[in-house]
Amino acid sequence: MSLGAQLVAASPLPARSQMASSLGFHIILACFGIALPGATLVAEWIGIRRGDAAAMLLARRWSKVMAVLVAVGAVSGTVLSYEMGLLWPGLMGRFGATIGIPFTVEGIFFFLEAIFLGVYLYGWRRMSPWAHWWSGVPMAVAGAAGALSVVAANSWMNAPAGFTLSHGRISKVDPLSVYFNAATPYQTPHMVLAAYMVTGYLVAGVYAAGLLRGRRDRYHRLGLAIPFSLAAIATPLQVMMGDIITRFIASNQPVKFAAMEFVARTGREVPEYVGGILLNGRVYFGTAIPALDSILVGFSPRTRVIGWDSVPPDRRPPVPTLIHLSFDVMVGLGFLLLAVAAWQGWWWWLHRRLLLTKWFLVPAALGGVAAVIAMEAGWTVTEVGRQPWIVYHVMLTSSAVTRASGVVVTLTVILILYAVMTVVSIGIPMIMSRRWRAERPADEEAEQVPYGPPPAMPRAP
Amino acid sequence: MSPSGEAIATAAVMFVALAAYALFGGADFGGGIWDLLAGGARRGAAARELIDESITPVWEANHVWLIFVLVLLWTGFPPAFAAIMTALFIPLSLSLLGIFLRGVGFAFRHTAERLRMQQLTGAMFAAASLITPFFLGTVIGAVATGQVPARPAGNLLAAWTSLTAVLTGALFVAACAYISAIFLVLEARLRGHQELIRYFLLRATGAGVLTGALGAVTFAELSRSAPHVFAGLTGRALPLVAVSIAAGVAVLGMIWLRWFPGLRVTAAIAVAAVVWGWGLAQYPDLLPGSLTLAAGSAPPGALLAELVIAGAAALIVGPAFGLLYRLQQRRLLTHPESDTELRRGAQLAPARTGGQPPAGRAPAAPRITTSLVLAAVAIKAIKDLFSPPRRR
Ligand code: HDD
Ligand code: HEM
Ligand code: HEM
Repeated sequence: MSLGAQLVAASPLPARSQMASSLGFHIILACFGIALPGATLVAEWIGIRRGDAAAMLLARRWSKVMAVLVAVGAVSGTVLSYEMGLLWPGLMGRFGATIGIPFTVEGIFFFLEAIFLGVYLYGWRRMSPWAHWWSGVPMAVAGAAGALSVVAANSWMNAPAGFTLSHGRISKVDPLSVYFNAATPYQTPHMVLAAYMVTGYLVAGVYAAGLLRGRRDRYHRLGLAIPFSLAAIATPLQVMMGDIITRFIASNQPVKFAAMEFVARTGREVPEYVGGILLNGRVYFGTAIPALDSILVGFSPRTRVIGWDSVPPDRRPPVPTLIHLSFDVMVGLGFLLLAVAAWQGWWWWLHRRLLLTKWFLVPAALGGVAAVIAMEAGWTVTEVGRQPWIVYHVMLTSSAVTRASGVVVTLTVILILYAVMTVVSIGIPMIMSRRWRAERPADEEAEQVPYGPPPAMPRAP
Repeated sequence: MSPSGEAIATAAVMFVALAAYALFGGADFGGGIWDLLAGGARRGAAARELIDESITPVWEANHVWLIFVLVLLWTGFPPAFAAIMTALFIPLSLSLLGIFLRGVGFAFRHTAERLRMQQLTGAMFAAASLITPFFLGTVIGAVATGQVPARPAGNLLAAWTSLTAVLTGALFVAACAYISAIFLVLEARLRGHQELIRYFLLRATGAGVLTGALGAVTFAELSRSAPHVFAGLTGRALPLVAVSIAAGVAVLGMIWLRWFPGLRVTAAIAVAAVVWGWGLAQYPDLLPGSLTLAAGSAPPGALLAELVIAGAAALIVGPAFGLLYRLQQRRLLTHPESDTELRRGAQLAPARTGGQPPAGRAPAAPRITTSLVLAAVAIKAIKDLFSPPRRR
């Protein structure tokens, strides 16, 4: 092995990149696993309740897309479960007993989600409408509850609790404090809301694009309205939640906060930087708003904010610029999406009908991408901001990484596999929608309600 | 130091989950193997359709068993998890590749309309069905032979390429095919499809014999490569091994007699008993020779949490699985209509009839005689093998 290869093999870099890319990928599919059942159930509910053929058709088609995305989600999630051990045996060997608890709880919800998914996706033809609708409810609940559990595992890495260490081994575990650690109540709702935003805006965006191309039938209007409403409800809550989390981070993980906000030195009247990159200790291209940071953290310019000078250089997160810009991107996009949602809400409140002008539809079509970027940026803040710790103040990332050689190889393979999965999870729904569109648009309106079980259909024995 | 009650209970739960994965996940993999062997597009169509119909609604739920085993292992026995994941990095990654191919194959399958694409996704699905059980088998083989040290310095090629490990891999593949063929016989029967019943009975017999033979060879090889586990299998775990062999033979008998009611359970026992036998034989070691249950288990608090969660899972997930399988057995779960069908609406083609004429029975006398002979041979074999448990 060449020296370079040895260096790469010994550093956690390939392992980190592999973890980050698999998580960054999985999380998008996970959003669909969390929120698409909810959106589909709303559509089906409207369809059954009002005998609305267009809503029913939407529900059926979304459930087909769900089948694809969840299959890929299950695969990428399995990759992650393996990777926790393959890449971080140091972490798992030492802390598996704690971090594993939320993951085991998640196991229950995976079972439930997968089971009811099987019932829901394949029960369309032969179950009675309401029985079918109810079979979807556990799926939606399990999706959200599963997300709570994994994110609780992630929160635990940020705010470790519930264990006693003696001689480097865990000697006591308190499961409830592990699961409900200090960061859980902040991170988990933020993530579930993010999932509803990502899914809602992405799905709505598809129909917004259709509307822009002049397909303005009821099918497309509903296809926009249902997911957009879900996401629009989540957005203000998300921004509020974000504000609360930021203050929590300032007190709970001050060094991460310092990197987010470029706070070099502990002090009062700390300015808030918007944008900007840090070079040799100076911020370039950023706008500093005097004392705003102190005000945001403690509602007073006199609030003391801890800077990264409070810890030695090797205990500070690397690349604060990345963390800072990611944070700004998340917040910025959050407010943009809030504006778009508020616009539609205002219009609806005044006129009781959808706003469908070009000026609204173009940002609506792009909202999904914005939400995905905001979410990925948020995770970058969380994960990179925690460095160099894998378990905050307890274990360094470098001591957790695998000693097995060959991570570079698996990283390469993983990247290829993920490229394939990306093609699959975008390509198949595209093929589907092309086929759907090839049908005459009149059919979409005239679609008979798929339920009224066709007379020729015998019930199963 | 003897292991705590919690540790033993958690290990037991883990082995229950493992057996469930071997049965349900295994049957899904086996379906892929029969799909692979079903022959040309026309000839294999009926068999493939049956496989597809019986796997598609349930495979994800069945797959979760693997996840559950993994989280139980990593939470309950973290050092063992870390050691296995480090030493067996390669076969585990390869089994992951198989899981990937399968998932993607599934995702594509029902969208691909052209034959070429269908063949490609079918090939992915089938290849995955061989790869995953084989490499998971080598992992088990490597652990059982004590080739995984408690603190491996890196991945160990020799651990999972030993003869025992490779044999175990092959055994896993055969067992998947076997259990799947049995389940498919019953699926075919549910649909009253005589030809497929015969088709899969034949294959169940073949796979059963092959599995038995591979099992015997692996067993013999274990006496050389893993004397400790072998002693366990012929000692403490002997009853389970005997049950497995007896159940395996009984299944052959039932196939011969075309006696279907007990088929599923008996075949399941044959597989599950081996899994549990392995666990019992290894006790009290997690990694034979290097890590005991007592030294490798998590603190009691974590184990207790695992047990509580497992209890909750049994209460919540058990009935849900019951519902899923029941709906499937009643054939309420079918592919959603294709888009054209959706549109044609009321003129849906009538479904195939659901009646199930009893499976045809050939003259009973020769079958009964043969199964008696088989049973006698098996009993003799068990006796010879185990009394006295000698080391070769
Ligand atoms: C649609 C996505 C989205 C949007 C619009 C926002 N966030 Fe966010 N944010 C996330 C999606 C997200 C996330 C990806 O879901 C994170 C990563 C970890 C987590 O729990 O949630 C996150 C983390 C995260 C963190 C770090 C938490 C930690 O390290 O534990 C902070 C401080 C904020 N957010 C603050 C905000 C603020 C002030 C927002 C105001 C607009 C905001 N977020 C909008
Ligand atoms: C429950 C969820 C998650 C868990 C348990 C988790 C766990 C981990 C672990 C163990 C590492 C490696 C050690 C380290 O570098 O600190 C890591 C790193 C990382 N993760 Fe997460 N993660 C989660 C969610 C996510 C998500 C959704 C993303 C999305 C983008 C993400 C992005 C990253 C990045 C960028 C790194 C590399 C950080 C660095 O090394 O600089 N994580 N995560
Ligand atoms: C290290 C981190 C993670 C691991 C080990 C992991 C593991 C898994 C696994 C094994 C599955 C497949 C379950 C099945 O077979 O159905 C899965 C799916 C899922 N994951 Fe993750 N996951 C991680 C991170 C996350 C995060 C951060 C979220 C969300 C906040 C999430 C939410 C979900 C959801 C909702 C599903 C089910 C829906 C779907 O399959 O698409 N996971 N995950």
